[in-house]
Amino acid sequence: MALLRRPLLVLLLVVTHQFLQLWIVFGSVNEEGQKQEEFFEELLLKPLPDRKLLTHFHFQSSAPPSSNGRHHHLFPKAISQLVQKFRVKEMELSFTQGRWNYESWGGFDSIPSSNAKPPGVELWAVFDVPQHLIDALWKNLTHTLSGLFCASINFLESSTAYSAPEWSFPPASGNLRYGTLPREAVCTENLTPWLKLLPCRDKAGISMLLDRPSIYRGFYHSQRLHLTSTGSGSEGLDPGIILEQTLTVVLLPNSQRASLARASEKHIQPSWSLRSIFGKEVSGKCVLAENSNVYLLLDRGLVAELKQLHKEDEESAEKVLASENYWTNPIFELSAKPDRIFIEESSLLSKNSSILYKFEVEKYSESEPFDLGLTWKIPVVWLCQQAPLHASRFLMGSGNERGAIAISLKSTQSCEGFTGANFDDERCELRVDVFQVVPWYVKVYFHSLQVFVDQQPKAVSDIIEKIHVSPSKDKVSPGVMELVLKLPCSVSSAALTIEFDKGFLHIDEYPPDANQGFDIPSAIVSFPNFHASMVFLENDSLNKSPLLSKFQEKSPVMSYTEVLLVPLTTPDFSMPYNVITITCTVFALYFGSLLNALRRRVAEEERFLKDKAAKKSGRLPLLLSKLSAKLRGRHSEPPHSTPGSSSLVNSKLVFKVILVAGLAVCWQYYFS
Amino acid sequence: MEKLKKKFGSFSFWNWVIASIIFRLILIYFPKNLNLPSRPEVSTPLTSFRRLAEGYWLKQSSMSPYAGQPNHLLYSLVSVIGDVVSAMLIRATGQNLQLAYFRTLDSLDLVKQIEGSEVHSSGDVAALIYLCNPFTIVACVGLSTSPIENMAVILCLYGACSRLIPLAAFGWVIATHLSLYPAILIIPVHHFFQPPRKLFLQRHQQKGVLNQSKLPPGFSWRPIIHFAFWALVWSVYVLVLCGISLKQFGGLWEMFKSTYGFILTVEDLSPNIGVLWYFFAEVFEFFRNFFLIVFHVNILFIILPLAIRLHHRPCYLAFVYVAVCSMLKSYPSVGDSALYSGLLGWFVNELSDMQFSLFLFCGYVGVSLLSPVMHNLWIWRGTGNANFYFATATVYACLQIVLVVEGVSAMLNHDRKLRSLIAGKPQDAKS
Repeated sequence: MALLRRPLLVLLLVVTHQFLQLWIVFGSVNEEGQKQEEFFEELLLKPLPDRKLLTHFHFQSSAPPSSNGRHHHLFPKAISQLVQKFRVKEMELSFTQGRWNYESWGGFDSIPSSNAKPPGVELWAVFDVPQHLIDALWKNLTHTLSGLFCASINFLESSTAYSAPEWSFPPASGNLRYGTLPREAVCTENLTPWLKLLPCRDKAGISMLLDRPSIYRGFYHSQRLHLTSTGSGSEGLDPGIILEQTLTVVLLPNSQRASLARASEKHIQPSWSLRSIFGKEVSGKCVLAENSNVYLLLDRGLVAELKQLHKEDEESAEKVLASENYWTNPIFELSAKPDRIFIEESSLLSKNSSILYKFEVEKYSESEPFDLGLTWKIPVVWLCQQAPLHASRFLMGSGNERGAIAISLKSTQSCEGFTGANFDDERCELRVDVFQVVPWYVKVYFHSLQVFVDQQPKAVSDIIEKIHVSPSKDKVSPGVMELVLKLPCSVSSAALTIEFDKGFLHIDEYPPDANQGFDIPSAIVSFPNFHASMVFLENDSLNKSPLLSKFQEKSPVMSYTEVLLVPLTTPDFSMPYNVITITCTVFALYFGSLLNALRRRVAEEERFLKDKAAKKSGRLPLLLSKLSAKLRGRHSEPPHSTPGSSSLVNSKLVFKVILVAGLAVCWQYYFS
Repeated sequence: MEKLKKKFGSFSFWNWVIASIIFRLILIYFPKNLNLPSRPEVSTPLTSFRRLAEGYWLKQSSMSPYAGQPNHLLYSLVSVIGDVVSAMLIRATGQNLQLAYFRTLDSLDLVKQIEGSEVHSSGDVAALIYLCNPFTIVACVGLSTSPIENMAVILCLYGACSRLIPLAAFGWVIATHLSLYPAILIIPVHHFFQPPRKLFLQRHQQKGVLNQSKLPPGFSWRPIIHFAFWALVWSVYVLVLCGISLKQFGGLWEMFKSTYGFILTVEDLSPNIGVLWYFFAEVFEFFRNFFLIVFHVNILFIILPLAIRLHHRPCYLAFVYVAVCSMLKSYPSVGDSALYSGLLGWFVNELSDMQFSLFLFCGYVGVSLLSPVMHNLWIWRGTGNANFYFATATVYACLQIVLVVEGVSAMLNHDRKLRSLIAGKPQDAKS
């Protein structure tokens, strides 16, 4: 039986495979008129100045607008259903662990400005529906995403957790909702569902490199999912969707040479190869991908430094950098030969241009896997390009009652170059947008906003051009502050401070570790006048690469500040019963004694007065004497004891008890 | 307290007034050192000056973003003036009351019996207590809005006492608008307009002769309708003003929801000198509504028994209502206790044989010293615990309860004494 079955099974497999292939070909032919579903996979590697390596995986799937929206060849069905159901126009979800180090990893390129994300989960979505429907859709969307990505995104459902920025958030639109969960722990259970959206998962192509231990060992990793639906103009046609998945990891290559501990080589950047950082190699591309490329980016600062080094021995540095045999030059050595070299068009902003090496994975196979390595030969020191101002945020004040949030902006020297080039006139101004969300239990007093420029307090109206504030409502909505600052270009530091009171929560609202504190989500500082874009020469071939076309887009420079940890006062969590009983006792004391004072009758009062006159003492001594009498075993007789009445009461009581017992017995007898 | 009053009585009244004003001005000069505006005892969510400024800023910013903030110094001067005006009104009311008291005694022919004991000028005493009370000073210097609220309440009582019905209605409407609880003062205000006749009738029946000139006017609907009319006029006026200023922010309903709703559903759980904040921070969520109802009904339930028992003393009734409210309100502050302790001064003569007065005085001093310490330990140093602060709040609530209960029973005893004197007199005459 088994022998007979196996060939059959194989035959069946072969047939279905053939059929599937035919069907795919047929399907693609059928849609020749329209665009096809496409998938691109790319990897960008970029050495960072502080001996680390940036690896940026970029996967893009796109589905064209089509009428038979139920079926997709490559595009994940879950995502297309989500877009259709919730009418999402644009959406971005990111899971991040660690903090992007703007000072040493740069803040001006398009990688940090679109891929550096706040810690935890950040979600924003733009909906294509009227205003009043958005909140309901947002709630459903958070629940769906939480199921899709195994994360507690559903906590963004409550209206205290999300906000609707008006204009300061870069994809500004009235239909935007924005929420963050700063404390969300990001781990491999979030990565697996993310990988499931890729047609080859992590079984083939570049995504094979995604080795979990090496990714989560990194200093920073941010896993992002960006959706854009290109509007469905005609009816019956499902919207085209572009799904962009990126994974940005900053790793420290562990070079063997550093351990040799030779003093001169300590300064040399660590050499790395794909195998040494991920423990894996790429064996060919994912067959479903249109193209599959690996890029190595040497940024402007590094190229300038290299030119500097070259000038000492050679004249035509530019030529050497771009020449075909550049990959074995005196400064560093690449283990693979790049297929193409792109040089950035030098722009107004900077004289230097970055260089991009392209490696096509297509050429490599199982037998000859692709492994890119970079070996430095001499020490190189450079700086990444920074945003005009470096933003950081901190808390001021002590105690658990109130405090202040300060956002400080420090000028990075790098910006002076382009500000000088950009604005020559006297009234040079630097526009900075600040978007800040504070949870409701941090009660911000917006009137206490103060602005300091170069340590000098300035009138708020001089610096702040535009302000939009929506104050928080307790347990309903967070406070949102959107500011547009106009700073003079010569500014070296600026600071905004705003005071707040710390709220007191109900015991159920505290998280399990209440004494750790609460997180205030990152503020977003963006510079709308500065755009991070890299325009490469030889445009013709770039259209095929989504990553490079992404680089060419003009995206505003933005950065996230730190997440703040605010300790809040905690009540005693073990006290609810005690507090309830004590408070109720106080209230009963009030009500009972006041009513007693009110209903006391005259006759009773006179008797009481007589007693008092007899005793010649106040009420308290009377009570005390009674108490002491009780303690001593009542040898002083109680004032007016009536034994007759008490025995009468007793007999009545006994009678009642007997009556009730009899009734109970009858009841029992009757029902049994 | 009685001893203090005696001491004050011997000094010149105006000297004390001027001294207290100067003291306030000196304190206003050091706002930073004292840090009073942020004390939980002074500024509750309802009376905090910071919140007022924030609201003002937000309102301004919707039109012109940076019209500036109200001047602190100006506001503190306003609250000083408010305090002085309240004290003067208390004084006038107290003098009125004393006049009425003597007239009543006169009409009952009891002046001789009273004259034996020492009689204080209760108006002066009450005004001085109000002005020199540390609670009042702290509330005034601490930029809380309670001096203004207190002034509205006192204005209402003054108007009612001196039969200025429009003024009484104005005070009542403003006080209710500011803090909701003074709404129940409508009952004592109505009692003012229909003085009791029972005592007189009892007395005169015994005598057999009705002295018409000494008899107070009888019950009539006219002042009540008059008051209702004016209250309606003023409330329409206030609501229209609010409606105009809040037109673009959601109108009156929004205002009711965020003021009266905020008072009734104790939403802000920041600590204050009451007990409700901790209670509602700890109570289970599904009992919350039940307890909200219970605690507010506690105020309402006691209205009727008090009104029945003390209907012949509307001013005292008003004092008891104010004290009960300040004890049970959702966000109490020391400004409230300043008000009722000021009003207590009106009844120096009647309450001279109140029990536990020394105990109460010491209790108040102790709590007002301990409560900041506990708050500091809990909030600032982190060595204490919320329970410590809650304990002082509980003690404070108990003290107020004892004060109210003892005050009420002392007043009832006093009236009983008067009645027994009336009843005793014919016997004296016979013998």
